[in-house]
Amino acid sequence: MKIKNILLVGVGGQGTILVSKILSTGLLQAGYDVKMSEIHGMAQRGGSVSTQVRYGEKVHSPIIGIGDADILVSFETMESIRWLEFLKPDGIAVINEHEIPSAPILSGKIAYPKGVIEAISEKVNTKVINAAEISEKLGNTKVMNVVLLGALIKSMNLTDIDWESIIKDLVKDKFVEINIKALNAGMEAV
Amino acid sequence: MKKLLTGNEAIALGAYEAGVHYASAYPGTPSTEILENIAPYKEIVAEWAPNEKVAVESAIGACYAGARSLTAMKHVGLNVAADPFFTMGYTGVNGGMVLISADDPGMHSSQNEQDNRYYARMAKVAMVEPADSQECKDMVIKAIEISEKYDTLVMIRMTTRVCHSKSVVEVGERTEVPIKPYKKDTSKYFIAPAVAKQLHLVVERKLVELEKFSNETDLNFIEWNDKKIGVISSGVAYNYAREVFGDSASYLKIGFSFPLPMEKIKKFAEEVQTLYVIEELEPFMEEQIRAAGINCIGKDKIPNTWELNPDIVEKSLLGTQKPTIDYDKNVAVGRPPTLCAGCPHRGFFYELSKRKNVMITGDIGCYTLGGTEPLNAMDTVVCMGASISMAHGAKKVFEKNNDDKRLVAVIGDSTFFHSGMTSLLDVVYNKSNTVTCILDNRITAMTGHQENPGTGFSLQGDEAQITDIETIVKALGIKHVKTINPLRREAMKEAMDWAFALNEPSVVITRYPCALKKYSEQDIEEFGPIQGICEVDQEICIGCKACARTGCPAIHFQHEIKKSYINEAQCVGCELCMQVCPVKAISKVGV
Ligand SMILES: Cc1ncc(C[n+]2csc(CCOP(=O)(O)OP(=O)(O)O)c2C)c(N)n1
Ligand code: SF4
Ligand code: SF4
Ligand code: SF4
Repeated sequence: MKIKNILLVGVGGQGTILVSKILSTGLLQAGYDVKMSEIHGMAQRGGSVSTQVRYGEKVHSPIIGIGDADILVSFETMESIRWLEFLKPDGIAVINEHEIPSAPILSGKIAYPKGVIEAISEKVNTKVINAAEISEKLGNTKVMNVVLLGALIKSMNLTDIDWESIIKDLVKDKFVEINIKALNAGMEAV
Repeated sequence: MKKLLTGNEAIALGAYEAGVHYASAYPGTPSTEILENIAPYKEIVAEWAPNEKVAVESAIGACYAGARSLTAMKHVGLNVAADPFFTMGYTGVNGGMVLISADDPGMHSSQNEQDNRYYARMAKVAMVEPADSQECKDMVIKAIEISEKYDTLVMIRMTTRVCHSKSVVEVGERTEVPIKPYKKDTSKYFIAPAVAKQLHLVVERKLVELEKFSNETDLNFIEWNDKKIGVISSGVAYNYAREVFGDSASYLKIGFSFPLPMEKIKKFAEEVQTLYVIEELEPFMEEQIRAAGINCIGKDKIPNTWELNPDIVEKSLLGTQKPTIDYDKNVAVGRPPTLCAGCPHRGFFYELSKRKNVMITGDIGCYTLGGTEPLNAMDTVVCMGASISMAHGAKKVFEKNNDDKRLVAVIGDSTFFHSGMTSLLDVVYNKSNTVTCILDNRITAMTGHQENPGTGFSLQGDEAQITDIETIVKALGIKHVKTINPLRREAMKEAMDWAFALNEPSVVITRYPCALKKYSEQDIEEFGPIQGICEVDQEICIGCKACARTGCPAIHFQHEIKKSYINEAQCVGCELCMQVCPVKAISKVGV
């Protein structure tokens, strides 16, 4: 099997860390060699964040370069285009329709870019999901990240792994049910 | 049992399994989580030191006293600790000792990308370089062994990608070893010139022994494949090489990289047609390999700037590149890091940014962001502790030049404890009329909220004495000191007016907790619980943007309607925006 590369991008505080934790634990349990790389540093202060997960029989490098990702999952709309060059031309882009304005936009200097999703859809296989709306319907916007995990799992054909038991292991008891619902909703949405 | 661990977590596990008794460090990305992950082990005494020099010296003390000891720091931390580090090269150890240097190629969160492998060579201490988390764990155990066997400090050189990447680690058991007896030995531990002279001879002999070990150990291993291409590599660069060349090349993977296994390298070089030396940053191995008369390809093709990745290795050596998507890369608007909503530093910089004819010498911490848009209230950042001493030097020169420019030094609490105190002593001693501002947000925030001597807790959660900054400042000889809440605009302005009017050095301490800090009981008592949020009445708002100019990320200036809006999910109710609004359009709700 060829090594598969997953790139998760978003904004500090969006919960990419939990997603990559669930994801890598599942992949490890499924018998893959897994490497994951995360740059935190300034993440807490609202900067752009990325996590890379690689899996296969034997993974050497913990990071990928441009044109390497099989899938790009963007937790925030504009971040998808910032990181697009890392996606393979025949890869999949999963984009959350959710805008978080950055400092230059907040201050009224620059407008949030329009047409990001359309521009990407023209170039690659793109799946758009409104994870904020889905999680709101489920009753807790905090599980937006796990909705996106569901979309990712479905898109990468990883549905055979027992994700529910992994969520039970990694999430506090009282949040298990809602996270499992979020995961399923994410799978159905793409 | 197999676990997915970061390199830092694996180092902590390795320290535990290796029977380490004592660990001390000062936080710094990408090394911080090493001590944080050692802290839960009750078998190990783990501490935050005020700075790296103190951490290394404490670990040396523990080592001489017979313990297996560990110290860890980011690359620039070793600059601070270089003095004891070099002497340690001469004295060697009693209990085994390892020093972890976490370098930051690519400068993800650093001011330079110095390659600390040169330090090991210069200080004449052994060095290992792990490439993944399993190696991190194994190499701590091995390094302690080497340290005790060869009587040398061992440096473990990591990089950001090794520290922060997760890979599979096999978890083992702790080997408990007794603390060795301490024997007074002035010919070893008392580094007077006469002793040092002898020890220099000893260390040269040790290096010969260590080179022999380097040639024999399987930390340096060969993997034979096709012999047309041979690759010598170390650390994470080895993984990139492995990724690019796969089984089509032979490898000499260097895990023990000082002293280098030159015999092994020679043999390997003889058998391959083309030899690549693939290193991140500087040609540390390449220079030594060339000096030994071996021809190779390295930094003539591979850049010595920024971090490597498989693409760069592929492009530089094979000239090939993966196809990419072609699109307009200018669409994405920048997303620079900002001070959090409710950050106490914001109130301070908002006021400071109004001052004219000042030079503001800054320092390193969250507050460095006060030097970026929209506050722009900082002229310089050099290294931890530099703000106060640089202000001193600059003030002297402006004075000499009859320029009445005011000098404001800005430094955080942790940074003040780290290396600001001696600088302030210089201000007093050599008399410069500077304004030193100590931003005491009651925590070491930048690196992820570590305790420090001012917070009342130790790394392992014990209560500690709270060191009072005002008392220190006065004891150093500063006569004019004020402590204020930086989120109260009037108080901030008054304090600045007061300090600027003085003709002697002054200190303004802004004391208010970081907005992300988990309040201690003492914090709640002093600052009260945080309550309510702020709201804009858009009927009243005149669209002047004053609130947006504070740079609070909870405030969104809505371009289309020319009104401000506060994101209720982000606002913490610090009231700064309320105080800057000229028409009182902002009010507090939910109290
Ligand atoms: C020599 C050195 N050691 C460590 C660091 C990493 N570092 C950067 S800022 C910082 C702490 C800053 O804390 P503080 O001064 O309290 O400011 P805050 O972030 O809380 O505003 C540390 C440890 C560094 N840059 N240089
Ligand atoms: S972490 Fe604390 S000190 Fe740092 S920017 Fe946020 S509120 Fe300010
Ligand atoms: S009160 Fe104003 S300045 Fe403070 S966090 Fe809320 S919006 Fe930001
Ligand atoms: S400062 Fe007041 S008037 Fe000016 S934009 Fe903000 S809310 Fe509106």
